[in-house]
Amino acid sequence: MSKTYYSRTHEYVTVDGNIGYVGISDYAQKALGNVVYVDMPEQGDDVTAGEEFGAVESVKAASDLIAPVSGAVVESNELLIDNPRLINQDAMANWIIKVELSDPAELDELMDEEAYNAFCATEGAH
Amino acid sequence: MNKEYYGKLIYELSRAGRRGASLPDNGTPDATASIPAGLLRTEAPRLPEVDEPTVVRHYTNMSANNFGVDTGFYPLGSCTMKYNPKINEEIAAHHAFADLHPMQPASTVQGALEAYWTLQNALAEIGGMSEFTLNPFAGAHGELTGLMVIRAYHQARGDHRRTKVIVPDSAHGTNPASAAVAGLKVVEVKSLPDGTVDIEALRPLLDDTVAAMMMTNPNTAGIFEHGVKEICDMVHAAGGLMYYDGANLNPMLGMARPGDMGFDVMHINLHKTFSTPHGGGGPGSGPVGVRKGLEQFLPDPRVRREADGSFTVTRDNGDALGSISATLGNYGVQLRALAYIMSLGRDGLKMAGPLATLNANYIKESLRDLYLLPLDRVCKHEFVFDGLRDKSTGVTTLDVAKRLLDFGFHAPTIYFPLLFHESLMIEPTETESPETLDAFIDTMRAIAREAAENPEVVKSAPHTTPISRPDDTAAALNPVVTYDDLIAAQA
Amino acid sequence: MIHHYFPHTADDIQRMLGRCGMKELDELYADVPADLRLKGDYDLPAGRSEKEIRDFFNDLGSRNRQLTCFAGAGFYHHYTPSVIPYILSRSEFLTAYTPYQPEISQGTLQYIFEYQSMMSRLTGMEVSNASMYDGATATAEAMMMAVSASRKRDRVLIASTVNPSVRRVVATYARYHGVRLDEIAEADGVSQRDDLEAKLAEGDVAGVIVAAPNYYGILEDYAGWADACHRAKALFIVNCIPADLALMKTPGEWGADIACGDAQSLGMPLHYGGPYLGFLCASKSLIRKMPGRMVGATTDADGHRTFVLTLQAREQHIRRDKATSNICSNQGLMALHTVVYLSLLGSDGLREAAMQGLNGAHYLASRLEATGMMRMSFPGKPFINEFAMDTDFEVDDLERLCIENEILCGVKIAPKRILIAVTEMQTREDMDRLVETVKKLKS
Repeated sequence: MSKTYYSRTHEYVTVDGNIGYVGISDYAQKALGNVVYVDMPEQGDDVTAGEEFGAVESVKAASDLIAPVSGAVVESNELLIDNPRLINQDAMANWIIKVELSDPAELDELMDEEAYNAFCATEGAH
Repeated sequence: MNKEYYGKLIYELSRAGRRGASLPDNGTPDATASIPAGLLRTEAPRLPEVDEPTVVRHYTNMSANNFGVDTGFYPLGSCTMKYNPKINEEIAAHHAFADLHPMQPASTVQGALEAYWTLQNALAEIGGMSEFTLNPFAGAHGELTGLMVIRAYHQARGDHRRTKVIVPDSAHGTNPASAAVAGLKVVEVKSLPDGTVDIEALRPLLDDTVAAMMMTNPNTAGIFEHGVKEICDMVHAAGGLMYYDGANLNPMLGMARPGDMGFDVMHINLHKTFSTPHGGGGPGSGPVGVRKGLEQFLPDPRVRREADGSFTVTRDNGDALGSISATLGNYGVQLRALAYIMSLGRDGLKMAGPLATLNANYIKESLRDLYLLPLDRVCKHEFVFDGLRDKSTGVTTLDVAKRLLDFGFHAPTIYFPLLFHESLMIEPTETESPETLDAFIDTMRAIAREAAENPEVVKSAPHTTPISRPDDTAAALNPVVTYDDLIAAQA
Repeated sequence: MIHHYFPHTADDIQRMLGRCGMKELDELYADVPADLRLKGDYDLPAGRSEKEIRDFFNDLGSRNRQLTCFAGAGFYHHYTPSVIPYILSRSEFLTAYTPYQPEISQGTLQYIFEYQSMMSRLTGMEVSNASMYDGATATAEAMMMAVSASRKRDRVLIASTVNPSVRRVVATYARYHGVRLDEIAEADGVSQRDDLEAKLAEGDVAGVIVAAPNYYGILEDYAGWADACHRAKALFIVNCIPADLALMKTPGEWGADIACGDAQSLGMPLHYGGPYLGFLCASKSLIRKMPGRMVGATTDADGHRTFVLTLQAREQHIRRDKATSNICSNQGLMALHTVVYLSLLGSDGLREAAMQGLNGAHYLASRLEATGMMRMSFPGKPFINEFAMDTDFEVDDLERLCIENEILCGVKIAPKRILIAVTEMQTREDMDRLVETVKKLKS
């Protein structure tokens, strides 16, 4: 049974067992516009919660990717190399990296879907 | 013009066996055999093969697809696109300067060094600083050099904790980028609704890790930071130095000097304030000045005047931050700036700032009923509209900018500063006549009318330019950045 | 009239002030506190007429000496075809700024695209940016690019045979940017492979910088260097002299990841140090790590081929402190110089220019050796158009005597060692004159 958590910097992590699928939220892809490039770590790299692990670029904007959880990268989504626009098509289905969680307790710091939607509503307000 | 015939790339004009230049032959014996085959290139560089008339026509036709200050009004905010005097070009091209090797002994370049020294001193007088280096190649390079001066100063005092640079949220993007290259950490300070730095928000940032604060004054919204003295005092009290980003120095000519405001280090963009041509993106020049007590940290090489009146170049000054250039910088650009300063002299320079400011306020007051003026006060050399007043038309700042091109005007700077969503930043400079400003104003008013009555014509602009709007997304998605890429993409 | 650069008459000013609800220019500065206002005038001379300015610079120019130039050390006196200043002075090119509005900047954008194409082919690399300030800063940017591409490494190796004026700049950037810079040792004028391997083995190396030709004019053999770097996951960076690329093995052929240097040798006037042009070329896989502007081809709304600034998300105006570099401009006009020069010369012309230097330099070196007063500093080492010689006399003495004879004999790199360069600009008679001047030192 998987569950999805969100960060304040608009990354999500969908957790299935001790594996987390990390990507950017639908709200984030809309704000960014047409994605033209995804800079992501390689398999075997470590990511740390709260720290940058890559970037998503559109034509006139770029946004750092901040890891919502810590752990080792078990896979990066190579489909995004040739077709970064998959993120625009379905941000939730097209995760960026697959991480083996080193500290599941970090999930407690993240928002569930309901809290995140409320958070986005306040972001959009100003 | 016949776009299909004249719109080719130089490679597409190439025919094997053609040549566009002749070279002398010194008649010395062939020495190719002295080089082992393994050190030679195996494949020719595949450069275009074209005759001289074809080269001239090709680039002349390309120039017709360009727009410069000599073509028309160029109100690009924060870029100070003023007239580039022609005498300056003549002087820079003079063989008595153009044929000097940068390593020539000082005794053979006394005139060149005197020009450098004279410009150094003139800029020190205009900036209210003690000494300038002219070596930095551009504004951003000047920022980096200035921040290195600041780090060298703190390090010389054994103050190694100072790694924080405070930058207003209205700053040019180069400010935080330069700080990062200089190994400093950037902290943003918010602006008040009136566009000036929020002094209360600044206060808590001032601890013993502050290396410097960078300010542009007037700021990128064209507003004079009236609290600048207090800000300088606060930063100094915390042990930091004040950096003046000289991108917007033009309106201060004749009116106020950064040194008198309390700044310690500054750069000047010679290609903005001092009239040197922008050249399609460069070469520029970004001299850096420092107040008394910081001179020793300026980069090598340096020009000095000896007691006997002769000039020398020194390359190993002990306290210097190091070198940020192999030579004394973009010397040809420096000569142009000196010619400009000499032409204007103290009286002319004194009028440049006020006239630039007058032109900006004149446009602002003539359009404020149709364009949204978020900061309603006297501006300096530039000001920002937040798009059209009437937001119901769906016409954006980008659309207005593109429509201006149809009427023979360059667009203002758009979507900067980041303080507003629809920023349209207009800087006319002092070299534009009231008739030009009136024509621009009439056009801006006509576009506002079109936006209400016939928005499609604005949204689909430009209509009369050599090309229509390009597909930026395709360019970024699949970068085609060379002719070989282009051939591969067509295959 | 206030000055002929300003259109405003007194009446204009009054009318315009009226629109702003003001009577005097001073009111425009009411928000500048009185104690910050400039009191009185600048301490500068009064304005001058155009004739007086011309006289002033003629006078300064008369105190410079234009000499027959055997000096190089990274900057070479090559011929500038007359077409180049003619095209560069077209004010549609000269007085434009960065091509932010592609619809009215296709001229600039297209020549930058041509520049990128030519520099890529010349260096044997896949991509080029739109240019940097100069060769030294381009090399410093290459160093930072290597560190950034490696994500976590902070150490870069630079050969001690790289031009010291470049090394000084790279060292300055390294110190402030937090890069640990180590030198690769040289012996007999060339970099030591053993030392490279040893330093790579110490770990953490993001990039290795070498020069081709090196500071002494020597063509070093970098066979196997790229592999050694890549095994250690370091980028191999070659600083080179583009005029020589007509002949010598390219950075691409050496397996370089980045090629950089100064394009001054492509016929740019010496101009006492600038403006020149720094170039930076790389493998396509590094394209998003490259600093500076880049132009790409696309189509416009009508389907026509069009050029635009692209990959802008790397740059300072979007990424601010996260940008790959702080560079904002490029050397636009000098990129135009480069494409016009390379178009005029073509592959054959560039090769011919390089051959003149190669042949002349070997002729001059042998004549100077024959004086018995000078010896090759690194005998047997291959060179193109520049070489180092050790002298029996003080180089300063030769320099003085040569200047009296309108010759710049070279660049002193030690009290008794000189670097001499030859291009197509010096005749055989000029070379013989230099040899005769050396002989005069005997007496």
